[in-house]
Formats: sequence, structure tokens, C-alpha cells
Amino acid sequence: MAAKTGSVPFSGTKEQEEELLKVISELKDEKGALMPILQKAQDIYGYLPMEVQKMISDETGIPMEKIYGVATFYSQFTLNPKGRYRISVCLGTACYVKGSGDIYNALMEKLGIVGGECTPDGKFSLDACRCVGACGLAPVMMINEEVYGRLTVDDLDGILAKYE
Amino acid sequence: MYRSHVLVCGGTGCTSSGSQRIIDRLEKEIAAQGLSEEVGVVKTGCFGLCALGPIMIVYPEGTFYSMVQEDDIPEIVAEHLLKGRVVTRLLYEETTKTDKITPLNETDFYKKQHRVALRNCGVINPEDIEEYIGTGGYEALGIVLTEKKPEDVIQILLDSGLRGRGGAGFPTGLKWKFAAANEADQKYVCCNADEGDPGAFMDRSILEGDPHAVLEAMAIAGYAIGASQGYIYVRAEYPIAVKRLEIAIAQAREYGLLGENIFESGFNFDIELRLGAGAFVCGEETALMTSIEGSRGEPRPRPPFPALKGLFQKPTILNNVETFANIPQIIVNGPEWFASMGTEKSKGTKVFALGGKINNTGLVEIPMGTTLREIVEEIGGGIPGGKKFKAAQTGGPSGGCIPAEHLDVPIDYDNLIAIGSMMGSGGLIIMDEDTCMVDIAKFFLEFTVDESCGKCTPCRIGTRRMLEILEKITKGQAEMEDLDRLEELCNHLKTSSLCALGQTAPNPVLSTLRYFRDEYIAHIVDKKCPAGVCKDLLHYKIDPDKCKGCTLCARTCPADAIIGSVREVHMINPEKCVKCGACMEKCRFGAIYKE
Repeated sequence: MAAKTGSVPFSGTKEQEEELLKVISELKDEKGALMPILQKAQDIYGYLPMEVQKMISDETGIPMEKIYGVATFYSQFTLNPKGRYRISVCLGTACYVKGSGDIYNALMEKLGIVGGECTPDGKFSLDACRCVGACGLAPVMMINEEVYGRLTVDDLDGILAKYE
Repeated sequence: MYRSHVLVCGGTGCTSSGSQRIIDRLEKEIAAQGLSEEVGVVKTGCFGLCALGPIMIVYPEGTFYSMVQEDDIPEIVAEHLLKGRVVTRLLYEETTKTDKITPLNETDFYKKQHRVALRNCGVINPEDIEEYIGTGGYEALGIVLTEKKPEDVIQILLDSGLRGRGGAGFPTGLKWKFAAANEADQKYVCCNADEGDPGAFMDRSILEGDPHAVLEAMAIAGYAIGASQGYIYVRAEYPIAVKRLEIAIAQAREYGLLGENIFESGFNFDIELRLGAGAFVCGEETALMTSIEGSRGEPRPRPPFPALKGLFQKPTILNNVETFANIPQIIVNGPEWFASMGTEKSKGTKVFALGGKINNTGLVEIPMGTTLREIVEEIGGGIPGGKKFKAAQTGGPSGGCIPAEHLDVPIDYDNLIAIGSMMGSGGLIIMDEDTCMVDIAKFFLEFTVDESCGKCTPCRIGTRRMLEILEKITKGQAEMEDLDRLEELCNHLKTSSLCALGQTAPNPVLSTLRYFRDEYIAHIVDKKCPAGVCKDLLHYKIDPDKCKGCTLCARTCPADAIIGSVREVHMINPEKCVKCGACMEKCRFGAIYKE
């Protein structure tokens, strides 16, 4: 698993901090609370910068190295912010056999970024994902929560244009 | 009472094809026609035939509409629901082959299926506990708590012959027996809903279509082993399943079917949800428990087995979603009923997620012992485009590829292992002649390299070295000795990795080497990819007899690699060609080919 480090200045608000503290106080006495706390924290901030991890550490008493270890272990946690529109192309077996690799490559070319990156204007980020469970519609990609199935490379311009 | 029910699939496949918009429109149109008192709309779980989604069934007739679009709704409501005239053009094609409309359970896709684990999927509204109770739900829990001793429950499971549906096939009753025998102040029941095998989605469909079956079975397990707390570890990538589980748990608590003193028996049991965060290794039992404990999801050495020291160091059982979904019916119908289905050593049914190069993609549940040929040719409706079947992949990154020569092997746990694959959680991906088996092996190794947790050396480094060799082969840079090195690495990984992820990672390589060795040799010796997939070994060429000199390909080429003027035969400059295939797609005369 690749190391992920923060490069964007932290810009959390007071409201976000209050929300996070509330979540932590609700969850921290449960057994194995760290994962649910990190998941909620990522919902609040969109990502898990060091500043947020530090707040969690201070509130729960869980050491930073453990929090960082967990945050970097799971692919759903990200230490970098994502684009406003998060594209994930399914590279599960069913989609791969039906050509999702071509879709992924074409998106990298069209957006001028590689997988895991975000376009400089902060609009699109691109990731590969493993099986969204819509194998009947392969090949599939998701943009935020919207699923696009039975894709061809020719469909991509039209779909991206919807997010202009 | 409604005179008619319209069931619309709300599973992930159909939701992705827009079924929610269809439900909204349906309700609006029904209201507009003044039928709200007469026709009920039910959002159900998966019907299985995802390829034809969005799917809608109108009862009592059982009319099966497929690929329904929002604009079709006014017609369906005005014609079918108001006037009783079926909208023939939207019927599932299979049902209209003869003059008479064929009932759904007699179509090729459904007639060989036998639904046990999926029995309620596509039948009930999963967000309403009363519909589950109405189909016999929570009866098994009632029987167990009021009439059976814990050891009786375990004996029923042992007699039924149920084996774990997560892939390894360990007898479920035996697992429970071990955990029951260990004394402790607290024990746990865990449900593995971290369905990570790419291409498998049966657990998701059960959770989305029949969540109470899993909750009921977990409570039964808690009673049998003496646990009062359950955890469901579910993938965060499955938002619909998570939401339905949350609703189901809340409703079960409200009805007193979870919580304290269930059925006034003095038995307490509650369930908590834990969301995964995208790590394949967490499907491994010890890694899953480490993850619930709030740590990096790394596996632990066994022994001690979870039955002795599992979650939070307490005796724990972990079963897969599909395994749990079978249990209430085993209790109600008896172990003999369950054992009457299947083969000698594999009882009951198995759900497969049929995908890849096959006409009917979707979920199928078949009795153990059905042959692959029946699944591919009859249920699956064959390979699209008249292509030839090459292999079926089962067991995902831990499994193998089954070639055409084994199409008639009855599918069960032991037969699949004997032919070099494994049952796995039930992904069944069909591959045709256009699939390169070396590329598939490389694809799975890329997956395991990515998902290896890094704790043990054989898996962390071994998978990477294997991938490097496969990359060499697909680039045409390998020598025959590399195959020996590859096989040696496979054997090291199998014997020395800490957990099943590393131990089974070589399977895709070993099985393709076993059945498709000639393809490896073609890459290494002839520097050719017979299926035409591996880009480095491909050359695009223009057939001079077919080329009309229309210049379309030259204008399409992103690398200016095609030369030739109007009405002259064109040529591709191999030095410049980036092998994107754009020219071949655009050519209207079929003049461009690859070799």
C-alpha cells in the first residue's frame, strides 16, 4: 500500500471541529471505536489530514502512530482531499474482462492525471476500485454516488461534460 | 388489500440502472390514474437477472418486464394496471418465444435454479420486518429458543451437512461445536459481509434483499454457542446493504427479536454493525477480527483459532452471509430436507454471481452438483457474439480457471479443488477466446500485490516477484526458465504465507499454467499473444486488399502513425504506433487487424 502524505493546507472550520468532538465523545467508550471514528471524521472533512488525526489522538488517548497506521492501511481512508467529483472505475474481474481497463486508461488521458490524483482545479479525482457489485452492468464506473454501466470509451466525453 | 402488486427491484444492479426513478414515477402515475388504493408498489431485493435491469414484476399475473425505462411507466400503468392489457413489447424476451407467455420459473434462466439462500430476494420488501415474518421469518428463532437446547441446534447443523459458503467449506456445525465447548464470560458471533472477491455479489444481494434472515441466524448462533453479542462486518462500498441492515436491526429490536429476553426465554442477543474500509485481507477471519478491534486489519497466526481466542480474545464464530441465510430454513424444514439437496459431501445449494462474457449476467442459485455446462449454456444463455467458451474463473484471486474439458464436472467443494480451482465465495466469471490467460493471471497478481497487507514476507515480496515475472512474459522478454522460477515461487507462497490470502495467491497462476501452458509458451518463445490482448506483443496491420484509402484511420490515429493519401492503400508505421486500437474501431471496411 502506497504511503499517503498531506500536501494541501488544512482549512477545517469550527463547525467541523465541533461535529468531530461530538462524534468522538459518543463513540470513544465503545470497543474498537477507532475505525468508526475515522469513518465519521472522513465524512465530516472529506479526508483525514494530520490535524484531524491529532485531534482524534488528543481526545481518545490513542497514540498517533496507531491512528496513522490504521488511516494508511485501508484504501477508503485518504490523507489527501479528493475532487468535487470523485470518479472510480471498477477494475473488478467482471468489469476487467469486459474492458474497464480501457475506460480507466482513457480517463487518465482525458483528465491528464493518473489514478489516485486530482485535477489541478480540484474538479475530478480518479481512482480504480474493486467491484462495486454491479457486475451485471459491466464495465462500470461511479462518479460520486452515480453509477454508469455498460460503458464504452465513446460514452466518456458525454458523461464528463455533465459535470462541467 | 391491494388487487395487484408491482415489485420493482431495488438491488444494486437495478438501482444503478435507475430503478428508484422508476418507482417514483410509478407511484405518481398510479396516483394520477386513481389506483393508489388498488395497486401497491414494493421495492424488493435482487431478482438475479441484473443484465436486464431495471426489472419489474406485476402480481398476481407474474408479468416480468425487463429493461424498463421511465418513459414506459405511463403506458404500463394505463394499459396493464388500469385496463389489464400486458405491454408485450417490454416483456422479457424469453417469456414471449411461443404464442403463450411462458411463466418465469420455466425460462432457461430460472428453471434449473433452486432458491434457498435467495428465497426472499425479489419477493419481499426488505425494509419491512412484517413481510419477512409473513414468509415464515423468525419462526426458526422461536423454535430454537422455546423447544431446543443449544446442543440440539448444533446437532441439526451437523446433520444438515452445511459447509461455510465463504469459500473454504468448513462444516458450520463443527465450528459452532468448538466455540460452544470453550467456557468464557463473553463470546461473540460475527458475520463476514466483507465480500471482497471481485465479481461476487451474492452476499450483497442477500443483505439488500433479505437482511432479517441473517439477523435471525446470528441470534440462533448466539444461542447455540452462548454468545450475547454479534457483529456484522460489512463493506462500506455497499451503502444500500448498510442502510437496510440498519433498518432491519432497529425493527428487530422494536419487535423484541433482538435485545433482552427474546421470546421470554431469558436469552439476550444484540447486533452491531461495523463498516469495512476497503481492505481485501479483512475477509480473512483473523484480519476481520483485528479490524473490528480498531486496528490495521492484519491476520494473526492460528492457532489459537477464533473458537478459542477470537474477537477481543474471546471465543468467536465467524460465518459468511450466505451461510447464515441458509440456517433459519434448515431449522424450520429439518436437516434431512437440506441434506437431500446436493452431492455426497456438499449439501444444499450455492449462489453464484455469473459475470463476464455471458449473455445472462446475474445471480443464480443452483443445487450443488449442477455442472458448469448447465450454468453456462442453459442458465447463462451461452457466450455473446457466437464466441467460443475458453474458461470459467471461480474463487476470485484465490481460485483458478476451469477449462472447457472440465465443463461437465459436477460443481461441489471437493471437485473444484481437484481440478485446481476452488468454490470461493461464488464469483463465476466466464471467459471467451478473446481473453488472454496470462493477462488474467497477471490481473489477479496485481490484485494480490495491491491487497497484501505486508505482515509476512512470503506474501509481501513473493507476490511482487511473481508479478514481475508475469510482466516479463506479457512483454515478450521472458525465457523458459522463468516458468520454473514462477512455479517455485508459487510453491513457496503456498506453504509459508501466514494467511489464506498469500497461501492461495498462486492459484490463478498455477491453474492457468496447468491448463493453458501453451499460451505462456506462445508469449515466451513465439513472442505472440494468441488472444490478441498483450499490447507489447501486438502489431496492428492494414489489409491492402480491403483498404479503400478513405483516410479515416489516419485522421483518427493519435500518434500520426498511419501514412497514405486519398484512395491509396494505407500503412501503419510500427515505430510510431501506440497500439490504442482507435483505427481498428473506426475502419468501416474491416481492413485493420492485429496479430
